[in-house]
Amino acid sequence: MESAVVSGLQGLVLGITHLGPGHVLMLAIGSTLLYLGIKKGYEPLLLVPIGFGAILVNIPLAGMMAEDGFLRFFYDVGVRTEVFPLLIFLGIGAMTDFQPLLENPKIILLGAAGQFGIFLTLLLALAVGFDKLDAVAVSIIGACDGPTAIYVSSKFAPHLLGAVSVAAYSYMSLVPLIQPPIMRLLTTDKERQIVMGSLKQPVSKTTKILFPIVVTIFASILAPKGAPLIGTVMLGNLMKESGVVDRLKNASENEITNIVTLLLGLCIGATMEADRFLQKQTLLVLGLGFIAISLDTVVGVLFGKLMCALTGGKINPLIGAAGISAFPMAARVAQIQGQRYNKKNYLLMHAMSANAGGQIGSVIAAAVMLSVLQGMGIVGG
Amino acid sequence: MDIWTFGLTVALLGMGGTMLVLWVLSLLILLLKKIFPYQAAAAETKKG
Repeated sequence: MESAVVSGLQGLVLGITHLGPGHVLMLAIGSTLLYLGIKKGYEPLLLVPIGFGAILVNIPLAGMMAEDGFLRFFYDVGVRTEVFPLLIFLGIGAMTDFQPLLENPKIILLGAAGQFGIFLTLLLALAVGFDKLDAVAVSIIGACDGPTAIYVSSKFAPHLLGAVSVAAYSYMSLVPLIQPPIMRLLTTDKERQIVMGSLKQPVSKTTKILFPIVVTIFASILAPKGAPLIGTVMLGNLMKESGVVDRLKNASENEITNIVTLLLGLCIGATMEADRFLQKQTLLVLGLGFIAISLDTVVGVLFGKLMCALTGGKINPLIGAAGISAFPMAARVAQIQGQRYNKKNYLLMHAMSANAGGQIGSVIAAAVMLSVLQGMGIVGG
Repeated sequence: MDIWTFGLTVALLGMGGTMLVLWVLSLLILLLKKIFPYQAAAAETKKG
């Protein structure tokens, strides 16, 4: 009897005896993510489940990510198969209004320029010692798009998924702080004051319905490896614009997105085990992620300046910074910066066009990258 | 393939490919708008 009590008591203190400094630090990091999400309002829908997942997975002996662990099940079913980010894309498509882009299609090019940070960061990641596929996973933070970053990193570097996802979502929420100094540095007072004419090019319903179909067929044929990404976004948008499947559209943008966001966040947190997360590599990923989003802004604004010059000063280069996927945050930043220098300047709709272009651009950039990698034989067919 | 050949190839083809695809998409949007122009009268009738 006495030995049974002692054994039982030992079981109760096993968790404490196995608690290492790494666990404690990760519990603190998980709590910090919860604090940022709850108190500061930084991407709470993601940071709350990620932070809680990070706490759960760092409880010693809880076995959350063991072979039969609670979180391992969802990780294997939704993240390893890449199904979760794709379902999120379905919801994004159902929520996105591409009307500003359809009204002003040439602005879509800013959405391409806003992705250049991905490819420039790839070179930096290789320079600091990441291997090829790890560098691809790190550089995709430059897409400034959480689901794209999760899709690519879970495919090529699942061991970096936690760091890449946390970096992507953290920097996305910091866009209003990261972008303005770069925008001011690269533009002149005169450029920032350029007033752009109003958009008066209404779009027919047929065009809105055909747009997602045309994009899916054309872009997927050019970059077949990206067909799941492009296809799910555009299916969501088709459901929205067709107006005949409201139940499916509503389910995509509400129930499906909410359930998947919760499970995806928990799974990302579950990849943040102390021995895997507390490495020099994680700091490098965070640093390169910051550089990637800064480079997106730099190239976007420079391309905006080029378009400004080519159109005889009709385009305000500030909207170039909105050519990233952080929607509609980046567009609001461009609007605020424009009004700071000219109170009568309303750049919002133009910046929204660039921002919608950035949303498509991030998916296309990832699709192009995957197809180039396939063509080079780096990834399987 | 060494890392620099890999990196430069992916970077150049990636940037060029993304720009090219989006440029063609902008042309396709213009084409769609030309074939299926917005008709204010039809929209008004529907509303009414």
